[in-house]
Amino acid sequence: MIEAKSLTKTYPDGTGALHDVTFDIRDGESCSVIGPSGCGKTTLLLICSGILRPTEGRVVIKGTDVTAPSKELALIFQDYGLFPWKTVYENASLGLELRGFGKRERKRIVSSLLKDLGLQGFEKYYPKQLSGGMQQRVAFARALALNPKIMLMDEPLSSLDALTRENLQNFLLQLWRQKRMTMLLVTHSIEEAVFLGSKVIVLSPRPGTVIKTVDNPQMGDSDYRTKEVFFDKCREVRQSLDGGAI
Amino acid sequence: MQGSKAELRWWSYLITAVAIFGLWHLVAVILDSIALPTPVTVFFAFIAGLKDGLISHLLISTLRIVYGIALAFSLAVPIGLVSHETRVDKFVAPLIYMLYPIPHIVLLPVIILLFGIGDLSKIILIAMIVFFQILVTTRDASRNISGNYIYPLLSLGASKREIYKHVILPACIPKILTAMRISVGTAIAVLFFVESFATYRGLGYLIMDAWSRANYPDLYAAMVTMALLGFGIYVLLDRVERKVCRWVYV
Repeated sequence: MIEAKSLTKTYPDGTGALHDVTFDIRDGESCSVIGPSGCGKTTLLLICSGILRPTEGRVVIKGTDVTAPSKELALIFQDYGLFPWKTVYENASLGLELRGFGKRERKRIVSSLLKDLGLQGFEKYYPKQLSGGMQQRVAFARALALNPKIMLMDEPLSSLDALTRENLQNFLLQLWRQKRMTMLLVTHSIEEAVFLGSKVIVLSPRPGTVIKTVDNPQMGDSDYRTKEVFFDKCREVRQSLDGGAI
Repeated sequence: MQGSKAELRWWSYLITAVAIFGLWHLVAVILDSIALPTPVTVFFAFIAGLKDGLISHLLISTLRIVYGIALAFSLAVPIGLVSHETRVDKFVAPLIYMLYPIPHIVLLPVIILLFGIGDLSKIILIAMIVFFQILVTTRDASRNISGNYIYPLLSLGASKREIYKHVILPACIPKILTAMRISVGTAIAVLFFVESFATYRGLGYLIMDAWSRANYPDLYAAMVTMALLGFGIYVLLDRVERKVCRWVYV
């Protein structure tokens, strides 16, 4: 489904962000990418989404080369996903607006989504009037409104407190299972990577390169967090991160 | 809640105004000089002035300043916004760097030679000075928009125009309006300068005229009117900001 083939990215100022990164994600698979800060994780997502071009290598989604932002794909960011000058409703319906959906259809889709996400009644609020968890749910609403096949997420939960974070991790897990989406999640939390990724890719410090791929087929339940195998996988990921000499 | 907050604001304005006039009165009584009449004397001169053309002077000054600011705004804002593009900024940045620190007010003779002694040259000088204040702020604002605001839009397939509409313009508006409020003070100062000679209309002329006649109540009445003009425009811009940038104040 998503194939990254020997991706290398060197910025014009000479900073090497990625070096020869290769992986593939199957249809409906959930893949976590973890690595030390500044290892080029965000660069990797921007390349996969077609916003940035790699210096070398290519990304192939469903057999076609990615050269521009694809309609099947939604991108979610950590802090800046929402526009502070737009209300909850305006933020959530922005994607539909840009894709040319009519006013009535936007209203129908967004209203039911906001309801599903527990945001009903907050349509006219501005992001800063909401808690961090609610803000992030609005960002999810915007991405989901377009019914994407693929979701790329850049540390979507890292600015949230532990409880809200676990809540939204469960939410993401449920979403993935219900919609059978393909997910690529960039995170710097080992537990989050193991909880949400049926495959965990460990990147080295900058320029990021794949140190190890940990298969994690047992994930998929919200009580996975308490199981022995969960801790084993966390340990395995942690060891390969340490091996990368952070 | 909203109502009582606004009410509180009006009360604090009223109290401040009373304090200023009270202090003025006190100092005037203590100094007992013809150079500082009491607010009451000035008030009567102001009322008398209203019957004697003060309004038409105020009007012409208002037009000059509003046209000046509007002209500056309509040029500086678009240029400042598109400076978001590094390609454009390559030209704008050195322009600002070289031209902004120069005192533009000394160009008055040149502007009068080029555009005559009428309203046009006055408006142009006001616009020119305010232009740079708005441009510098707008450019800084548009240059500092995080790419993280733009990537999600790009991933949604937004065009350049849509990025300006949904991100760059709304992100810059609060800073633009702040720059405009600050520029009111500058614009009024320039207005006084350009009206202080070669014209027989406007508040600046009234001030110079009353001064030369040593008519201090009239002088103060004209000065107070000019202050009210600045205050009025400032309040108006503040209102616009609260309306347009509701998200900042919630």
